[in-house]
Amino acid sequence: MEIDSISSGSPASPSPLGAQPMQLNGCRSFRSMLGSPDISLANNAYWGIPSRRWDANAWKRQSSSAEQLPVLMSLFGGEMSLLRSPLQPPSPGFSFDLTERNAVLGRLLEGSPPPRPVKTGTTISGMVFRDGVVLGADTRATSGDVVADKMCAKIHRISANMYCCGAGTAADTQKTTDLLASNLALFSLNSQRAPRVLMAASILQDTLYRYGGQIGAHLILGGVDYSGAHLYTVGPYGSVDKLPFVSMGSGSMAALGILEDRYKPNMEVEEAKVLVRDSVQAGIMGDLGSGSNVDLCVITAQAVDYIRPYQESQYTNGRNRKYKYPPGTTALLSEKVVPLRMELVTEAVQRMETH
Amino acid sequence: MISAQSFGENGKMKDYHHTGPVEYRFSPYTFNGGTVLAVAGEDFAIVASDTRLSEGYSIHSRDSPKCYKLTDTTVIGCSGFHGDCLTLTKIIDARLKMYKHSNNKMMTSGAIAAMLSTILYGRRFFPYYVYNIIGGLDEHGKGAVYSFDPVGSYQRDTYKAGGSASAMLQPLLDNQIGFKNMTGVEHVPLSKDKAVQLVKDVFISAAERDVYTGDALQILGIFVDTNEIPRLQFLCIYQADHWQEVSLPGGGLDDCAFTFSLRIKINVGSIFLLVIWIHVQ
Repeated sequence: MEIDSISSGSPASPSPLGAQPMQLNGCRSFRSMLGSPDISLANNAYWGIPSRRWDANAWKRQSSSAEQLPVLMSLFGGEMSLLRSPLQPPSPGFSFDLTERNAVLGRLLEGSPPPRPVKTGTTISGMVFRDGVVLGADTRATSGDVVADKMCAKIHRISANMYCCGAGTAADTQKTTDLLASNLALFSLNSQRAPRVLMAASILQDTLYRYGGQIGAHLILGGVDYSGAHLYTVGPYGSVDKLPFVSMGSGSMAALGILEDRYKPNMEVEEAKVLVRDSVQAGIMGDLGSGSNVDLCVITAQAVDYIRPYQESQYTNGRNRKYKYPPGTTALLSEKVVPLRMELVTEAVQRMETH
Repeated sequence: MISAQSFGENGKMKDYHHTGPVEYRFSPYTFNGGTVLAVAGEDFAIVASDTRLSEGYSIHSRDSPKCYKLTDTTVIGCSGFHGDCLTLTKIIDARLKMYKHSNNKMMTSGAIAAMLSTILYGRRFFPYYVYNIIGGLDEHGKGAVYSFDPVGSYQRDTYKAGGSASAMLQPLLDNQIGFKNMTGVEHVPLSKDKAVQLVKDVFISAAERDVYTGDALQILGIFVDTNEIPRLQFLCIYQADHWQEVSLPGGGLDDCAFTFSLRIKINVGSIFLLVIWIHVQ
């Protein structure tokens, strides 16, 4: 019963999660967007990430029914409102959606330790040069003391003219930048304009501030729009700084030393690439959480050059021998072949419409 | 600075779901990282270690090897808490001297291993936070490896990995040296050169996947040369990033050069000094 009311979203019946009937509102405004310009949309300057409206009744309904609901619904309740309709304006105030989910998860995992998020333990840096912006990042993702991914991609595409480096919790940086990219794509389809870097920074700031630092995303956003090249850094609590050069992550101190020493305004592109590579390399050498390759992304008004990898890890192709196991190396203890007998019940051909 | 705020004690990333007061206690131990590996062949033994000394997410030194020469036939590799490693090796050196003066002979590898076990168990209730591996030649000239836990339990092995990347390396050694979990493979006895190549490759894997292992690799080889005298040869310091391999000539070196070259932890410029020595010779 609860599942049905969530999916249909009729305004009359109050759904157990206290969710606003977002689906319907979202569809209405989407349709109006396609048909004729909607003044209410113009007022919503933020194409940000929506959430539930927070009224007292909704809170009461939630806290009592959260216990009754199947675990699956309470686990997804928070996220469904987050992902459902990106065209809704964000609601004001803090969002505590995920605290219920965390409480339910905590009860599920009673006794056993909670799963550790994969942190990137990173060095990311960026700088503005004469024609645009250069962003650099290492490629190591750690889970505790072990390298979980030697080749992870930390420079995320936001739009054709904007890229964002992410440090902190890997899932948080990936999802935050993905949501930002989707929202900006919708914006540019709607307004026939390339998005501005300032818009992206504002959207990130709004999202991260609403979650009070619970989303561990330390981001460096860089891009070129009609007003020039811009570089922003956004912290997990929602702070934004606009700077000529910046570094984030556990290796940020090492990288910043290099940048502070050699940065000059209006550098040439090759010199800028070498400087960013050197700053990331300083992080790779001096910080245990950073390592492997160096990725670079050079954004100018004409083109984007995503160089992955710009520099390979010192251990690539370092081994003397190839360790190959010929077939038959693993012992076959016993073999059992079970033929699957299947009968043909019906056969139907359905044409796909492709033009 | 935002990034500075997110790091708590020991340079570890602070958990954002932190609520309530946290009590900080003084701990007499810290973990300085490092991996040690020893392989015993038919008539040789190899002890290798990385040279990185770290704490938290920072590096104290890139040139702090963990292999210490005890006698002409025995080398010990110590990883864990560096303070305890230094003290323990000092104690072992002193006990070696005492044994030599009272018994008029050098301690054998097996005797050193037994002695180390009692030294470690003597501190059972405030242990030395050290993972030891002894590699050398036994009294019959065969390769011997003895591996220890921090409170003195030990056994003789053919190969053993210890330290921060031990869990990653040990299964690889089980497969490549012990031929475990493989069928239809010829059990070729390990030669010295193949053992050195294997150790280098294995440390590359450790350095790629373990954050505490890296920078350079020090390999010490103990073998009997043609004159029937057991020799301890400093095989190489292998630094992947500079792609420089400082190898020593096959004829071996005399003792004073050994002592000098092995105390690399004191001489930072020792690599250059070794090169100069060879040219002069």
